[in-house]
Parts: sequence; structure tokens; C-alpha cells
Amino acid sequence: MTQHASPPRDDTGKVPSTGQPPFWRGLFAHADVRTLSLLGVLAALILVGGITKPDEFLDTRNLQLVLTQASVIGVVTVGMTFVIMSGGIDLSVGAIVALASVWATTVATQEYGFGGILLTAVLVGLGCGLVNGLLIAYGGMVPFIATLAMLASARGLALQITDGKTQIVTVDSVLDLGLRDAYVLGIPPLVMVFAVVTVIGWLVLNRTTFGRRTVAVGGNAEAARLAGIDVRRQRLYLYLLSGLCCGIAAFLLIILSGSGQNTNGNLYELDAIAAAIIGGTLLTGGRGTITGSVLGVLIFTTITNIFALNNLQSDVQQIAKGAIIVAAVLVQRRTASTT
Amino acid sequence: MAPEPPLLTMSGITKSFPGVRALDGVDLDVQAGEVHCLLGQNGAGKSTLIKVLAGAHQPDDGVISWRGEPVTLRSPIAAMRLGIATIYQELDLVEHLSVAENVHLGHEPTAAGFVVRRRSARASTARLLKRLGHAEIEPGRLVGELSAAQQQIVSMARALSHDVRLIVMDEPSAALDPDEVDNLFRIVGDLTADGVAVVYISHRLEEIRRIGDRVTVLKDGRAVAGGLPAKTTPTSEVVALMTGRNVEYVFPDRRTAVPEGTPVLEVRGLARDGEFEPLDLIVHPGEIVGLAGLVGSGRSEILETIYGARKPSAGQVSVDGRPLKTGSVRAAVRAGLGLAPEERKAQALLMLESVTRNVSVSSMSRFSRGGWLDRGAERGAARAATRELSLRPDNPAVPVRTLSGGNQQKAVLARWLLRGCRVLLLDEPTRGVDVGARAELYAVIRRLADEGLAVLLVSSEVPEVLGLADRVLVLREGRVVHTAPARELDEHRVLDLVMEGSPAT
Repeated sequence: MTQHASPPRDDTGKVPSTGQPPFWRGLFAHADVRTLSLLGVLAALILVGGITKPDEFLDTRNLQLVLTQASVIGVVTVGMTFVIMSGGIDLSVGAIVALASVWATTVATQEYGFGGILLTAVLVGLGCGLVNGLLIAYGGMVPFIATLAMLASARGLALQITDGKTQIVTVDSVLDLGLRDAYVLGIPPLVMVFAVVTVIGWLVLNRTTFGRRTVAVGGNAEAARLAGIDVRRQRLYLYLLSGLCCGIAAFLLIILSGSGQNTNGNLYELDAIAAAIIGGTLLTGGRGTITGSVLGVLIFTTITNIFALNNLQSDVQQIAKGAIIVAAVLVQRRTASTT
Repeated sequence: MAPEPPLLTMSGITKSFPGVRALDGVDLDVQAGEVHCLLGQNGAGKSTLIKVLAGAHQPDDGVISWRGEPVTLRSPIAAMRLGIATIYQELDLVEHLSVAENVHLGHEPTAAGFVVRRRSARASTARLLKRLGHAEIEPGRLVGELSAAQQQIVSMARALSHDVRLIVMDEPSAALDPDEVDNLFRIVGDLTADGVAVVYISHRLEEIRRIGDRVTVLKDGRAVAGGLPAKTTPTSEVVALMTGRNVEYVFPDRRTAVPEGTPVLEVRGLARDGEFEPLDLIVHPGEIVGLAGLVGSGRSEILETIYGARKPSAGQVSVDGRPLKTGSVRAAVRAGLGLAPEERKAQALLMLESVTRNVSVSSMSRFSRGGWLDRGAERGAARAATRELSLRPDNPAVPVRTLSGGNQQKAVLARWLLRGCRVLLLDEPTRGVDVGARAELYAVIRRLADEGLAVLLVSSEVPEVLGLADRVLVLREGRVVHTAPARELDEHRVLDLVMEGSPAT
């Protein structure tokens, strides 16, 4: 029982039941210190952007751009968060995005139009996830190694398919989704997909047995096994989920760039892992939130945008990102040891 | 005893872990050149005491003096600098390094400060191994390729590579054949002749008689007898000291009628190579069957194999007459088995999670439709299950890591209660549980049995098995050596059965 500053209203002589906590407690229980501090960082960044480049940064078009850029990596990060929470890692996400984007934009695939492109991107993502999952869950391979191998193979296959050339998308119904006309109430469709994936990811993690099993496997795989959870099947599903997210992200990238390239998704794995860790996901598994990861993505994308507006080169951006990761982990360790 | 101050004096050593007081004012003094034996049942505090001595644990209270001077053992390195070396039961060698590299790990002979002088390291290792009577071990071989006995020799060589004045040996004979034990005793003799003191931990009374000078008996975190003569103290006195209760355990009444009829759990010829021999046992609904035996007698392995967590090399487990798929935890859980494992934190609990989630983890399908959780129903059911076991605090929303050992165990039991399991496998259910909380746990277990659960109980605390079980199987080295109703056995008889006939006799 935690101590309350305010005494309970009902004077039954008992401590008030915590089965139904007051709404404000529920609110703060979810918006924990970490989430609040991430929101604080994001607010500070927006302030910095607004002060240094008031006209350009706060322009609607720029904000739409930031969110659109965040969408692709954001969808990947949602899948990555699940994998990391289960104690695993998926290094192959960037390569899977690349492979899915080029497979879905070959001349043959484009003949099937919108549906063909979407379905191919998703299936390629799921296929790669299946291979990862089988190797890790049933082949006993370490996730780091299995997904590293997938990283190399998927990139190689993407290069083989494209022969290094950019595959231009000619299907109008796909390209139209990237146009300003497709925006609903000023929100780009890509951002809506990102929002939907985030909400579904949050619901799955917090409200379903799948989410519970993920946390259990990541928190203590042996205990999960002895509690009767099929740990291997759960691991397989998790890599499938990550692959699915990569497929969706590849489709978004196709819309965004109007093309498929074998260099797509370069270093996405590092950005996604970094965003999840900044968001408070424990690299050893068992703890993390979708909210935190998504805030991590938004923080990263906003920094990139502010730096670009201020004409700072990508080398400075990379250094800043590195510093943020270190700072975030140090702060988290401090808060973890005090609670 | 010698007029000079003892080599080592520990006085009033106290050490608590969350929920349990492992050491409660222990005194120990060790003279140079003697073999001082530490005796005590599992959980008596031996391991904690030697970890304090090795600098691995910091005592909460108490004074350690070395040659009359008070010292603080801040770290294992500090202890090593004084000349205290510890050979743990689980050897701490690096398998992928050579014998010589392991022996000199951390203090390699170097040239110019950093270049390892491999030849000199090998030569000195060879000298040490020869002194230990094992010149046949090649210093260049990988430690992973050696037998357990040889690895122990390497561990000892490592201890001797320092200027060691006191060696702590934790059950060194447990993994050894009789002739290897003889060699071990010869080494111990040589060491003490050189003035080195040995603190020797063993379950085997015969060994203590052979090589011990004095005995200190630990029980429930206290030294109940210090410095008894090892060779002349009567066995009955030692056993009485080890087992005599300073806290009376309260056991619930047994059922007068032993349940009969169809057994719910049936084990036929179950065996695992190298762990335990073919085993038959049955448990009726409402019956508690106890497995008594020491660490290494195969108790936990038997439970985990019945539960499907280990694959048997032979045999069959049936529930209600239906054979289970072997080596499948999920099949066992579905058939109605539940395990409360020995290592609660490592094997049962999700330490980052709330009590509710720990309790509901095995029954999630009951609170979900199409994978969607009804969290209200989950909370309600978890609350009902934890209330039924009087889990404290009465708030399943708290993190399970904040609970005491006894309440953590109740959370594990509540998990299976909620699942509606029919056979409960309990592995050391009161390990790490405060003495005061044990009686309550015993009452809970008995009540669950009275309500029709079949319980298979493993414990190294003989009184626990005798007090709780209806029927007892005594195990020694993977074999059932005796079966009897609990009321026909007493503690001395069981201890005789589990300790007699060890290789050293």
C-alpha cells in the first residue's frame, strides 16, 4: 500500500480498495515519470525549433513532413519494441524494408496494381520474419546472429532484384496517397497508418494475452515456460510481427518515395533500437512501452528536422543522437535505482 | 588451543536478505593448521557465512579479525590479499581457457608489465599440480575438457597460486569418487602440515570424523555449537544439534484416514540417466507424498521431469490414468499439474510484474476472448485466489518483488489454485521463507490437500517432510532407499538413511 497524502473520503475504517483506483491515479500510473520526461524533452525540442526557426519549423507543411518521416521508422519501431521486450533483437528490419520495397515494385508486381504492391510488401515482410522466427525459436539460434544473417541475405537479395537500379512506381493509386490531395484534415495518410499501428500495438501489448506472454517471456523465459506458456511459439510470432511491421513500413516508403530501392531502410535497425531504448524499453526484456518508443521516434525525427533547418550536417546529427542515447540510458538507470 | 590469537575470528556475524535472516550472530574461530568443519542442514547459513568470509557478501553486523586485527573484507580481492581462498561447489573456472591460464587468472606472471610469460605460468602451474598429486593434468589443456574432479584440482591450484593461509572448501567431495576423495584428504593433510587452515563444509559425517579437528554446527543462521572436537563428539549429539529446533515448527494435523482409491498421479519407471534411477510413485487426491534427500540426491530433477521440464530417458507419467506426453510442460499443465520450483525468483516469478499478473499468467485463456483480456475479471480472480491463501499485503496490484519470501511462495501457489490444478509439485516450498511464516505455509499446503489436491513435496528439511507428508520416500543419490508412512519415521532415522553409505566410508 502506498501512502496517500489525502485521507480517504469514505470512513469505513479500511484502506480504500485499489481494485478501482480513482481516475486521476490511473492517468498518472500510465503517464509515468519516464513518459512525462520524454514529453518534456519533445516539448523542449519544439521550443528550440520554434525559437531558432520560428517561420520554417512551425509551418504546417514542415510539421506534416516531420510526422511523415517519423511514420516509416515508427511502424518499424513498434514491431521492434515487441521483439526487444521479449528479450530478443531484430537487426534485419532495415534490410527487410529494403527487400519488401523492391520486391513490391518490380515491373511484374506493379502489374497487379495497388493490391499487388501492398500484398507483396506485407508477405515479404512476414516471410523474412518467419525465417527469423523459425531459426531463433526452433533452431535455437541467438537472435543477434539469426537476424544479422537475415540482414546480409535480404540486402543481397534486394540488390539482386534491382541490380542496383531505382524502380519507379507507376501505379497512380499508390502514388496518390503521397499527394497533398490525399490528406484528411491536414493529416497525411502515412501518419494515419502510423497512428493506427501505434494504437493497435499499444492495445496488443497492454490488453491481450499476446502482450502478456511477450512481457512474461522477456521478463523471465524460464518462469514463463514453467508457467505453461509456449515460449518458442511466442518467439516465432514476435519475429513474424516485426516482419509484418517492416512490410507495412516498406509500403509507406514506396508511397513516400514513389520508388523501390535496394538502399532503402539503411540503418533502420539502429534507429528503431535507439528509439525503443530512449523510450525506456529494457534491452534485456520484460519492460517497455509503445508510448515511450513512439516518443523516442518523434524525438529523433524532430532533432533531425531542426538540425536540417539550421543547416547542420548529418555528422552533427549523428553525434547528437549518440549523446541522447547515452543521456537517456543514464537517466533511466538513475530512476530505476531509486524506485 | 594455541596461545597466539586465532588465524581468523568471526564474531556476531549477521546478514539479512529481503524476507529472511540468513545469519543471526554467528561466531567462528579458526586456528592456523587446523581443519575446521562447518556442519548444518540446507539453509542453515553455511553458504552465506563462507561468502561473507570470501568477501562476496558484506555482513550487516559483526566483526572479522585476521591474526587478531579487525579487518573489513570489502571484496573477494581483499579477502584474497589477506590469504583467504574459497573453492566453491560450483567451480568458478573459465572453460575456454587453459589450466595454466585459469590458475593464474588475474595475476598472470608478466614481462614488461603486460606480456604474459606463458612458459613461466605453465611451469609454476605444473609445480602446483604436482604438489596436489595430479601431475598428469597438462597445464596447456582446456579446462572444459577435464573431469569434474580434475577441475576441482585446478581450482585448488588456483587457490594455492596465491600466498594462501586459509582455504574454504564447500562440499569438495560431492563430485568425487572414493579414491579421489582419498587424494583430497591427503592434500588437506599436506596443507595443514604447512600451517594452512582449512574450513571444510560437508554433509558427510564420516569425512568430518576422518579429517576434521573441530566442528562448528550451524542451524537457522546461528552457530548452535562452536569448536566441538570432530573425532570424539558422538554422532547422536551432532545430529541433535543439526536438527534440534530452537523454533518449534507447527504442523497442521494430518488426516486420520489415508486417502485410497484411484491415484491422480502415477509415475512408472521414470528415470533420467545420471540423475535418478527408475522411480515408481503414486499420489492420491488429498494425499501429501514427501521426497526426502540431500542436495544432489535427485529430488528436484525428479519433480522437474514429472512436470515435463526435463525429458526422461525412460518411464511414464500418468494423470487420471492418461499418460502424458513426456518432456512437455504444456501437456503437464493442461493435465492439471502445477510446479512451485525451488528457485522461486529464477524459475517461477516475473519479478518486474504485479502479483495479479504473476497469479494469472497460467490461466490467461480464462480471462480472455479471442486473445482480448478482461482485466476486471483477471483482477477479481487473482484477488480471490490470493485472499484464499491470505497473501499479504492484501493488494494484488503491488509488484511481486516487494513481497516477503513466504508471500511470494503464496503467489506461486495462487497461480495454480487459480488454474484449478489437481497435482501440486512443491520443490523446497519454504526455502527463503522466514521461520515464523512457515507454519502458515504448512497450513495452506495441508488445506489444499484436504480440499482434494494431490501434493508431491520435496524438501531437504527432514522435519518438514515428516511433519507435512502422509507418506515419505527417502532418496539417496538418485535412488529411493526407503518408503514408509511419515508417522513411522523420525528425523534421526531419515538422516541416517540419507547420510549413510556415502563414498568416503
